[in-house]
Amino acid sequence: MIYMNTIKKLLGYIWMLMAPSIILFLVYEAYDKITKATAATQSNVILQWVIILLIFTPICVGFFIFGTYASKGEYDHLPASSAEIE
Amino acid sequence: MSQEIKQNNIAFVIGASSVGTLIEWYDFYIFGMLATIISKQFFPADAGTAALLSTLAIFAAGFIVRPFGALVFGRLGDLIGRKHTFLLTLIIMGGSTFAIGLVPGYASIGWAAPILVLILRLLQGLALGGEYGGAATYVAEHAPAGQRGFWTSWIQTTATLGLFLALGIIILIRTNQGVEKFSAEWGGWRYPFWISILLVGVSVLIRMRMSESPMFSKLKSEGKTSVNPLKESFGHKANFKMVLLALFGAVMGQGVVWYTGQFYAQSFIETVCKVEFVQSRNIMLMAILMATPCFVLFGWLSDKVGRKWIMLIGMLAAVLTYRPIYKEFINITSAANRTKIVDARLTSTKTGFPIFDAKDKTKMYIKQEADTTYYDGSVFKYYRTDTIILKAPREEARPITLINPDMIQYSSPKPNLVVEKTLGHAAYWDMIWLVFIQIVYVTMVYGPIAAFLVEMFPTKIRYTSMSLPYHIGNGVFGGLVPFLGTLIVEFTKNSAHPAGDSLAGLWYPIGVASVCFIIGLIYLSNKIDKNVMD
Repeated sequence: MIYMNTIKKLLGYIWMLMAPSIILFLVYEAYDKITKATAATQSNVILQWVIILLIFTPICVGFFIFGTYASKGEYDHLPASSAEIE
Repeated sequence: MSQEIKQNNIAFVIGASSVGTLIEWYDFYIFGMLATIISKQFFPADAGTAALLSTLAIFAAGFIVRPFGALVFGRLGDLIGRKHTFLLTLIIMGGSTFAIGLVPGYASIGWAAPILVLILRLLQGLALGGEYGGAATYVAEHAPAGQRGFWTSWIQTTATLGLFLALGIIILIRTNQGVEKFSAEWGGWRYPFWISILLVGVSVLIRMRMSESPMFSKLKSEGKTSVNPLKESFGHKANFKMVLLALFGAVMGQGVVWYTGQFYAQSFIETVCKVEFVQSRNIMLMAILMATPCFVLFGWLSDKVGRKWIMLIGMLAAVLTYRPIYKEFINITSAANRTKIVDARLTSTKTGFPIFDAKDKTKMYIKQEADTTYYDGSVFKYYRTDTIILKAPREEARPITLINPDMIQYSSPKPNLVVEKTLGHAAYWDMIWLVFIQIVYVTMVYGPIAAFLVEMFPTKIRYTSMSLPYHIGNGVFGGLVPFLGTLIVEFTKNSAHPAGDSLAGLWYPIGVASVCFIIGLIYLSNKIDKNVMD
């Protein structure tokens, strides 16, 4: 159980690192694809990437928060009843 | 006797909830399945703003607004009750679907057409965002302890059966009318939208006979309902951390497995393997029909062994086998792996008369059609269109047959080649089994998930708390599978490999499902919450 909780915490740091890495990767890809797009397709490519970034950025923020909670041991014990949640 | 009445009551609850949810899925899917026709009818053919609106309406809007629908209607469901909220979502969904079928095309009303369609698609997405959480919560709150997985799994079948219904109705109308009539401005493609109003009408009548969830009624009578469900769901750390765990440890993986098995597979079979339109849909229909009972099987099993392991095994199996399965799709449909029948009676070649471009009088097209028949019963049709540019515009009086090579300036170096494959019996069934395996994965991850989510959250904020992760996982992570998969394949195209790596699109669902599997394995509990009354 102690080992399991240590793994949960250590993985929490990995999730915290992964979240901004995904955002950076998407920003890089967006820049790359938009600059390579032709004049006829550029407006549509921009829209596609704006949508992708708008969707995945808040999700990555949520993933970072998840990692933070995990690293702080918030998931060491999961609630057994609603009283523990409320 | 009392047990029998209880069983009858729960059967009515399941039936009434499921029919409504099935219709909502049907409404949502017909738009996606008719996307090609919709884009031709409601959007002008040129690029630019039209392409932007088309992208928004067809690809993004319906999926992106689902989490917002979850918030709006989830909050409403926790404040005023489950019954009235999911009655409202059904009416919004049915009304907007019916209205899409009434919007005149771009040719008649110009820009108003795509704008109206976009608004109606947004309403569809919002309604769906509110529906599922309500139906799953409602059924789970009626289900006896120890059978929650079994009873909620019936609600889980509705998404797949909605897809089945949509596919079936579209194929039926298209086959009866023929492609041309079906695709006309006021053609048969509108019928599936109009049929929706009848289905929704029946479902509304049934749902009006239903009573409020007993658990919610109890809370309401005791004055214990939530005052601010959004704040209590996402503003309190104790609940918010469970919302995040539900999303990253279960639902995002479930979403990508669902959309890969039921949507990406269909798109892959049609666009990469080039299987003929009706046969590719029949492959999906057969596989769905055969695998659907597994939803109930895994729902029932989850009551015995817990939800976690069934969902995780489904996810792991998907991660490990997607690439071999899709590689096999390519092998089964490849011309290189079959033997041609060299028989003039079976192999035909037709060259059609040249067709002149309606606007450009220097441009003409020559179409050729060639059939190749194989020993396994497969028939591959090849359509080749050459574009020829004349030195001078064609004189109206000159017969087409009098156009000679001296008049041609050049012909296009890359003729347009279209392949349409009709598979023989054995290959057809091989394809069905491969899709069936993927849908079994879907049933493993999706069958127990309603019970799993319901048990994670307290009654007073359950609708809100479970709806948001569900719709981010399915609407966003899952809904983007076909789009991102196609986009990733595009990235692999270069001058050395103009077709790209057709299996590269699978890295998106494999990646998401792998991360979700690890999180689920490490952080989730397999314990079944016997008491969801609290």
